[in-house]
Amino acid sequence: MPIINLKDLRAGETAKISRIDGGYGMVNRLAALDIRPGRTIKKLNSSFMRGPVTIEVNRAQVAIGFGMANKILVEVKDNTP
Amino acid sequence: MKILLIGNPNIGKSVVFSRLTGVNVISSNYPGTTVNYTRGYMKLNEERAEVIDVPGTYTLEPTCEAEEVALRMLNSGDIVINIVNATNLERNLYLTLQLLERKLPVIVALNMWDDTKHLGISIDVVKLSSLLGVPVIPTVATTGEGIKNLVEHLYNAASPGVAVRSHDERWAAVGHIIEQVQRVSHHHHTWRERLADATVRPFSGGIIALAVLAAAFTIVRFIGESLISYVFNPLFDNLWLPVLNGLSNILGGGGFLHDILIGKLIDGNIDYVQSFGLLSSGLYVPLAMVLPYIISFYIILGLLEDTGYLPRLAVLMDTIMHRVGLHGYAIIPTLLGFGCNVPAILSTRILESKRERFIAATLISIAIPCAALQAMIFGLVGERGWQYVAIVYGTLFTVWIILGLILHRLVKGFSPELLIEIPPYRLPPWRATLQKLWMRTYGFLKEAVPIILGAIVVINILYSLGVFEAIANFTAPVVTGVFGLPKEAVTAIIIGFLRKDVALGMLAPLALTNGQLVVGSVVLSMFFPCIATFVVLLKELGVVNMIKSAAIMIIASLIVGGILNLIL
Repeated sequence: MPIINLKDLRAGETAKISRIDGGYGMVNRLAALDIRPGRTIKKLNSSFMRGPVTIEVNRAQVAIGFGMANKILVEVKDNTP
Repeated sequence: MKILLIGNPNIGKSVVFSRLTGVNVISSNYPGTTVNYTRGYMKLNEERAEVIDVPGTYTLEPTCEAEEVALRMLNSGDIVINIVNATNLERNLYLTLQLLERKLPVIVALNMWDDTKHLGISIDVVKLSSLLGVPVIPTVATTGEGIKNLVEHLYNAASPGVAVRSHDERWAAVGHIIEQVQRVSHHHHTWRERLADATVRPFSGGIIALAVLAAAFTIVRFIGESLISYVFNPLFDNLWLPVLNGLSNILGGGGFLHDILIGKLIDGNIDYVQSFGLLSSGLYVPLAMVLPYIISFYIILGLLEDTGYLPRLAVLMDTIMHRVGLHGYAIIPTLLGFGCNVPAILSTRILESKRERFIAATLISIAIPCAALQAMIFGLVGERGWQYVAIVYGTLFTVWIILGLILHRLVKGFSPELLIEIPPYRLPPWRATLQKLWMRTYGFLKEAVPIILGAIVVINILYSLGVFEAIANFTAPVVTGVFGLPKEAVTAIIIGFLRKDVALGMLAPLALTNGQLVVGSVVLSMFFPCIATFVVLLKELGVVNMIKSAAIMIIASLIVGGILNLIL
């Protein structure tokens, strides 16, 4: 499956986080919210004018700033039922 | 004996705290309501135990000031009650494991237990307890279910002696526990979840946000005006005025004592706004002009807070807020500022960097008028026509944007990205929402009324000593030259340091033109924070940044006041 940027994932699609290209601080802040490589997430909205991306992870909704979302790489899951 | 309540943000720590201690604290449905610790006491086997409500944190490696407070508190506790969100066990257990590594006696309260059922989550509590090695008690803090059980098991809090682990090892351990104790069955989307999705989508969310804010403003005005015309004005006109008239006659209609108690008679009559006596304006301004709007504002803010709408607004506002060097979450302190700047500046602690906190605090104290000042703007400027009120608000909003753009360029450092958890929508817990309204209203009465009364006495004494006249003559070039206001207006600007509502009231007897009143309102809002705000700014920013912030306010208000004077 292709690896893309979280911001390029379409709304409603599910994907697995494969890598986070950020510094220690950013990786830590995300990890505290259970957003880390290996996690399956669902994108809830697409970003508009560099606005934040909202995802669902483990039944919790988290909004992630555009710049940060840009550094999260995800592996798109096969969304065909 | 010290008991600490620790857990992720927005999972009901403050509600558990209230249940344990009977002390009421403000809770809302968004992460970061508690930014400082609150202390209370409970009885435990005839012993008085101190209970501390620690700000919410996701990890013991702090990422913002509020989380640092949490970490500092941790070393002083005897027992830790780790409050865990049962609907999101996996993420919450990470903090639990970190706590267990600290060798403190821990007991876990599995809160929001009632929500697990309709979400299709089942948790094996007994197994969870044996895997963690500490007692686990299911609770529903909002109804009080399980709290008694929690208290009974407090002494069983245990420290199982877990070795310190790395991040990955900790997450692996969490995963291992979850596999054994939690089962999730599928459940259908509820209307609340569908609404939740609509309110964060940029387009539908933007329209909803505009509608919500417009409705909020309209309802605040409606409730405030209704309270004034149907409750407070009749009380003051029909019951209190005859008493004051009688007293005025006894005092002979003039003299020093009359001036202080009743104030100056305007055309032979007592005027609640202009007389400026202790018993006339001193009571009328805080109780009949400001209090109604305090009540109406906090009713609406409380509802917005408790439903969980504010974090969604933060997401929508993120794009705009980035332009002024902040991220979306700064909208929450900003909205609080429309009530009172003091809690607003305290709540900037939820922002991660010093730079953001400086920008947010400065923008709030300069461009966000508090409810008391707004009530007076509605009352005095609104009388001249609502277009003038619109000019005041439009000017302050423009200042907020332009100053934000400038600060974003000038202030060194960087502003981190938005990263927040969005809580599910909840129906406001009525009792708690009303309690919060009462606490905030009572807080206004307790803190503002004495200052207002004191300010009026001081004003009257300084007037009779001629002090104001001396200052007025001295500052006349700026006040008349730059702002185009009569030189007497300077006294109002000075009194603005004590109370901005009283200060605006002092402009009433000066027979200002509409334009002058607009300039006066804007300058009063911007010029300098009131003393209460000044104290928290000093505490939160430090002396150097406070001086910078104050300099920005004074310069900006001179420029803006001057420009307005030229235009109007």
